[in-house]
Amino acid sequence: MSQSTATGLDFSPAPGAAPASRRVISHGLTEARLLVRNGEQLLLALIIPIAIMVAARFLDSDLFGDQLAASVLALAVWSSAFTSVAIATGFERRYGVLERLAATPLGRTGLITGKASAVMIIVIGQLIILSAVGLAIGWRPHFSAATTGLAVVAVLLAITAFVSFALILAGRLRAEATLALANVIYVVLLIAGGLVIPASRFPGPLELVVRLLPTGALGEELRQASIGIIDGWPLLVLAIWAGLLIVLARKVFRWVG
Amino acid sequence: MLDDLTLEAAAGELTAVLGPNGAGKTTLMRVCAGLIRPTSGSVLVLGRQPGSAETAARIGMMPQSTGAWTGIRPLELLHYLASLYAHPLDVDALADRLGLHALARTTYRRLSGGQQQAVNLAGALIGRPELVFLDEPTAGMDPHARRATWELLTELGAAGVSIVLTTHAMEEAAALSDRIHIVDRGRVSITGTVAELTAGGESLEDVFLANTHASIA
Repeated sequence: MSQSTATGLDFSPAPGAAPASRRVISHGLTEARLLVRNGEQLLLALIIPIAIMVAARFLDSDLFGDQLAASVLALAVWSSAFTSVAIATGFERRYGVLERLAATPLGRTGLITGKASAVMIIVIGQLIILSAVGLAIGWRPHFSAATTGLAVVAVLLAITAFVSFALILAGRLRAEATLALANVIYVVLLIAGGLVIPASRFPGPLELVVRLLPTGALGEELRQASIGIIDGWPLLVLAIWAGLLIVLARKVFRWVG
Repeated sequence: MLDDLTLEAAAGELTAVLGPNGAGKTTLMRVCAGLIRPTSGSVLVLGRQPGSAETAARIGMMPQSTGAWTGIRPLELLHYLASLYAHPLDVDALADRLGLHALARTTYRRLSGGQQQAVNLAGALIGRPELVFLDEPTAGMDPHARRATWELLTELGAAGVSIVLTTHAMEEAAALSDRIHIVDRGRVSITGTVAELTAGGESLEDVFLANTHASIA
């Protein structure tokens, strides 16, 4: 049966899902656009990392090592893939966005893949802008083809681990608790998680602990890669974290509040 | 929450599910959408288990607690939702029909409750579903918007769309429903057409009160 209204609408059923790739790309672009519009996210994504790079330039301290720009790239991945995703998802659950989307053909897997795509779009933008700022204030990296490849894999593994961690928090806690905790964890690991301050600056056994954190492993891999050193250990640490956190996120995430 | 609840919604008909707060209507919707798995028993929606992309594409959902990203604009949301389906309705024509063009520049969080309901209704219809679940679709709407929604639901029925609707408004259920299920404490307590349920001369509200328990003592 086909019936058009005066406005040219034909409500007769014609159901069908768009191809999975189109659904995921559309979701990724929509979320990325919304994230870019959000002023708070811009603060986390660009302003804090640039402020750290510029401030360190004038501090003349060896606390940050000589590859601070690489460290700041790791920090940018951390802020977008963990803090932003945790806070946004917490409120999406609260406001029923997840409930709406889980009932569309996008589905749960598409939603998670779409979210990861949005983070990748944002991270690519961040890495380009922050690298340009780093180069402008004197950063001279020595990436080789091999270490660039390792750095890309490290960023992808870190995004997987951080997004999963964000979904674990946002899927279990109230939105306000997620907001508070995600910000506290962001700051604690920014300082003590091997992101801005390299693991080698930490005393004794703490150095090993920091190296075994996913944030520490990402920071280490990007710093080593930027001076042309091939280092596989941080990738192994990141792969283990990514695997563990994905499994846990799938187990504990709740779609409705 | 749901206790051995069995109900059927016939193709091309409008089926109303009535029940007091806490009777299990929203849980029923969530189970049908695949958001919650029943601890026992089975749910078949359009002959299939809920949750797959294929089944989701055949169903339009308007959950009571549905929402949207606070910063998204209504038409932007509808264009996004349309992109998830193979043969969506024309977004501009649907927005015209529901008066959403006037809200084009307003973000979702700044819409009134009734305006948000109109956007959510559009979201449930955009994929040209064959079955639509509407959880209190006219809650928060003014009488004009409510009547316009009733007309739209009648139009959907004429086009062959099956509708399952929950409401607390008895006149809405009486005006629109082909069949009514009254649900209480997770079970269907009585089923029938409006004429069958009110055959004894009582109003639909009387029938509702006689077959349900108060949710607030």
